[in-house]
Amino acid sequence: MDGFKGKAAVVGFALSPFSRDSRKTELRLSCEVIRDALDDAGLLVTDVDGLVKHADDASDEHAVSSSMGMENLTFFGEVKWGAAPCAMLLRAAMGVASGAARCVVVYRAVNGASRLRMTPSMKTSGQMSTSDLLQWTFHSPFGLTTEAGRVAMTVRRYMHDSGARSEQLGWVPVVCREHGACNPGGAYHGKPIRLEDYLASDLVVDPLRRLDCSEASDGAAAFVVTTPEVARDLRQKPVCILGAAQSMVRDTEMLAGYYRRDPARLPEVRDVGAKLFRTAGVSAGEIRVAQLDDAYGPLVPIQLEELGFCRQGEGASFCEGGSRIRRNGAIALNTSGGSLGEGHLCGMNLVAEAVRQIRGTSTNQVNTAELSLVVTGAGGPAAGLLLAAL
Amino acid sequence: MSVDYDAGHPIPAPTVHPDNQGFWDGVMRQELVIQRCGSCGAWAHPPRPMCPECRSPKREWSRAKGKGTVVSFVTYRQSVHPGFKVPYSVVLVELEEGVRLVSNLQGVKPEEIRIGMPVEAVFERINEEVVLPKFRKVD
Amino acid sequence: MAMEYIPGIPLLRPYVDYDNQGFWEAVREHRLVFQKCGHCGLIVHRPRPMCPRCLSTEREWTPSEGKGTIYSFVNFTYQNAAYPGIKVPYVVVVVEMTEGVRFISNMIEESAEEIAIGMPVEVVFDQVAPDLTLPKFRKRKG
Repeated sequence: MDGFKGKAAVVGFALSPFSRDSRKTELRLSCEVIRDALDDAGLLVTDVDGLVKHADDASDEHAVSSSMGMENLTFFGEVKWGAAPCAMLLRAAMGVASGAARCVVVYRAVNGASRLRMTPSMKTSGQMSTSDLLQWTFHSPFGLTTEAGRVAMTVRRYMHDSGARSEQLGWVPVVCREHGACNPGGAYHGKPIRLEDYLASDLVVDPLRRLDCSEASDGAAAFVVTTPEVARDLRQKPVCILGAAQSMVRDTEMLAGYYRRDPARLPEVRDVGAKLFRTAGVSAGEIRVAQLDDAYGPLVPIQLEELGFCRQGEGASFCEGGSRIRRNGAIALNTSGGSLGEGHLCGMNLVAEAVRQIRGTSTNQVNTAELSLVVTGAGGPAAGLLLAAL
Repeated sequence: MSVDYDAGHPIPAPTVHPDNQGFWDGVMRQELVIQRCGSCGAWAHPPRPMCPECRSPKREWSRAKGKGTVVSFVTYRQSVHPGFKVPYSVVLVELEEGVRLVSNLQGVKPEEIRIGMPVEAVFERINEEVVLPKFRKVD
Repeated sequence: MAMEYIPGIPLLRPYVDYDNQGFWEAVREHRLVFQKCGHCGLIVHRPRPMCPRCLSTEREWTPSEGKGTIYSFVNFTYQNAAYPGIKVPYVVVVVEMTEGVRFISNMIEESAEEIAIGMPVEVVFDQVAPDLTLPKFRKRKG
């Protein structure tokens, strides 16, 4: 328990005035108090690379980040309950002590007395969460009411910018289903699809097809992480977390990167890849297997580009034909099937397969896999892991 | 008409909020009003409580020219909300001021929408409570 | 004095799920049951999907003899701090059952002045509405 000693220090803080009616949104209160705390520390907004918030707070990290012009966040998350004030500082200390971040801001803002009331999704003070507010209010009245619709808007622009065609994008679900078809633990065991099936599948939100979208499942996943010393004595081949990274960049949004300069890119994924490769001292060319976020298939080619597995604009043609993303290809993709071909567990099964590839227990084992990459969160705040044998 | 609404099912109404009120008040006056920083002049949409460029909390509302181009679009072909009859399209428009807006196009069929299409803002009354900013093609 | 539910205000209803269904079905039939581990026999309340002692998910229901003693109680006397649909005053008790579990409920009849910690009580079933039965307690006779 002495991992923090001498490794983390509080250098600034601020409190807003207390009132019964602040006349300010919680997001505004958050931004102002963070600015004041940074002033107290003598640091700039651009120095901040981590954010820790309370789980019940309406002001999500990305809303704060984009409101304040933060450029690059490598560590962020939320903490719950009454213990949170100290626990949030513990979380920040972990970020700094581990080297995941250099400057973490902890914040909380609550209109507990005035309780500005909004619908539809309420947080503790009755205020709609900022993710919902920024999106729902400006998207839903126009009929952009679903996640698939928001992804489709990015995909349309990507197809326009890169020239990617449906006939090329379809290879992602086709290969994921091929991989999932030989996975007895997956939901599509024995059930591959062909490109013809993909092209015949109906348009859910044009240009997204039904087979572009992973189907919801019921399910659960859990992982146990410990120290290398303990790991060596346990029964499974230990899988070392060589690198772990999170990313938010300027104007990251939840599946709606529409408002920033290039709406069809995934800069958070690029950033995660860069951090992981730098930590491990490797380049994309040394990675043979990757589990990429395939909740929506067309975001995979963009991830391949951002991670450097192919050139920008060429992700779709890289996937075309399937050979480059199969087990013996340049980069074996979603080898247990992924969300599209194994089952949708919000990406947890991607991490499980990344572990299997190092253990050597995948149903689609890449024999030369010394490094195993996994990326989750394409389209919004992203994160990734680089795994290796201990 | 931009979207075929089912009058029997209300559409999600905008949630008005102190940080975005200026925008929606403007819409009710049939003005396209975008948030602008009172210190450095940077435009921002969606509205937020602080300027992301200079971090000033001086938020002002400024009338946009209303002209822009279509940056992307989607077409819903399967019903996801009873208030909107399919097929209908949703567009992402980049205004001349540099900010982007999600909206719908009036008088343009889904198959006619093109990225790069020049458009201008109009205001459509949806029901007794709701007016929304929409766009129409500019020749 | 019996608890008075105010008409026009929704009743507070239990949220029934896979894990607690058996409890509420029994209550509907005027039986009090507690969850028992099918593997090691540990009795628990409130119902949960796994035995906290042996991690078995074999969950069973065992009948309670319906007897216990008052462990603690509160008296709601200020309507604004109570549930608007129940007229104050009303009592909420924690009963320590003979099976060793604690159970939150109300006294069906007795008011705060008539009860005390340690008092022996027994379960009764209150048909609060046509589709809502709740287990409550009264001072044990004899």
